[in-house]
Amino acid sequence: MNAKVSATIAVIITGAVLLYGVADFPDFGDPTSPANAGVEGGAPSASLHFINESYKETKVPNLVTSVLADYRGYDTMFETVVIFAAGLAIFVILRNLRSDDPLPEPLPATEDRFIDGDHQRIIVGTTCRIAIPLVQIFALYVVAHGHHSPGGGFQGGVMLGASFILVALGGNLRDALARLGEDTFMRLASLGILIYAAFGLVPQFLGRNFLDYGVLEKIFLTDGPEMARSHSMLGVEVGVALTVMSIMFAIFANLSSRGEMRGGL
Amino acid sequence: MAEFLWKTIGHHFNFWVYIVLLMLGLWATIAKNNLVKKLMGLSIFQSAIILLYVSIGTKEGATIPILDHHGHIPSESHHADVGPEIAAHGVANPLPHVLMLTAIVVGVATLGVALSLVQAIYRDFGTVEEDELLREIKSLHPDG
Amino acid sequence: MILSLNIVLLVFLVVAAVISLGVKDLLSGSMVLGIYGFLICLLWAEMGAVDVAFTEAAVGAGVSTVLFVATILNTKRRSTD
Repeated sequence: MNAKVSATIAVIITGAVLLYGVADFPDFGDPTSPANAGVEGGAPSASLHFINESYKETKVPNLVTSVLADYRGYDTMFETVVIFAAGLAIFVILRNLRSDDPLPEPLPATEDRFIDGDHQRIIVGTTCRIAIPLVQIFALYVVAHGHHSPGGGFQGGVMLGASFILVALGGNLRDALARLGEDTFMRLASLGILIYAAFGLVPQFLGRNFLDYGVLEKIFLTDGPEMARSHSMLGVEVGVALTVMSIMFAIFANLSSRGEMRGGL
Repeated sequence: MAEFLWKTIGHHFNFWVYIVLLMLGLWATIAKNNLVKKLMGLSIFQSAIILLYVSIGTKEGATIPILDHHGHIPSESHHADVGPEIAAHGVANPLPHVLMLTAIVVGVATLGVALSLVQAIYRDFGTVEEDELLREIKSLHPDG
Repeated sequence: MILSLNIVLLVFLVVAAVISLGVKDLLSGSMVLGIYGFLICLLWAEMGAVDVAFTEAAVGAGVSTVLFVATILNTKRRSTD
């Protein structure tokens, strides 16, 4: 049988089973569904605790940030480790370290390639030079202001990485690597995870659990454990942003230059 | 009849569309010949699942999960003048948002790994079409 | 949650997914995938998931499109199906 026909049959069966299962779901947007309010007669949903108590416990108005960096700190820490591992995997798969190899022959200038005239370079390059500082300042604002508005380490880190990708796209990869070299970004990626782990280990040395930020009030000299948690979340977000920024740029630099780290698109 | 249809489909319309997206992505992952097309299908599959998770946390008439600067639920929400159990219904559930936020960023990192594998395959075999790849591998190892 | 906006976005979402999987030019396909990412971002903003929408706008519509384009320009632009 043709592979496409059998794939279609398998997908239709899967879809039919899923559509049948969806009929038992709670209504879309129902505030009293089990995920939002807990099951009847059982314990209330954890999200009700986050909504009602997390401001009292952490002094962070953005509930997503407080759950991400404090209540689910382990989860976020090892998600960051996964991103770091993905960066290492790309390094192992694609990176060609024998720098004396000749550059791969440039791809033929057919209609498949972008038009690469000089005037086009000037327009794109100038626009990028104007846009990049704004993008970076906004990214730093997103990292620093994640407590009060949407944003945080992941979003700000991706935007910082995108600003370096923009340097490479508007000019060339060599300019971008001169600003953020290969050894620099791999060191920054490790440093980000180490910052996060330090915020976990210091409470342990002070006699509490891993990532229990409340005890850090002795170091931050705050009024109570709530503000210590708030400050620690900012430190953790900075660590996440460093790792995400470095790995996003590492992925682009490897993919665009076929692992050569020269030439580029 | 219209009322019955609204009861069964209207409240689950979003979920039905997510399943259609999931089927599209799954079909492309299995049946498409080009490896980059397979990865596009995979990211559509992934986003359908993330859409489903975020939809579970939505509440009718709720605001975004950011409180005001004194820790109160914003007063525009029409549940604000009742007890804390019901007032919490005026704010969207933050837990699925947290889980899916990290999943999206990890998703793009793993997409980068997949694309680097595609480039490594192109470097070694000179093609990213699945049937040509299988023929190439068979000619390299003719005895199986 | 606005029901009419919801329905319009979901219809566009399916159309964008079908187009991005259907076209044989992979560069156009990845661009339409970027549009798909932005539509999802709008859908999440409309559901009240602002942090997720922000992440998707930066990641799904921005970085992943760039990664697809980088790979396509280093391999082949045409697909047989």
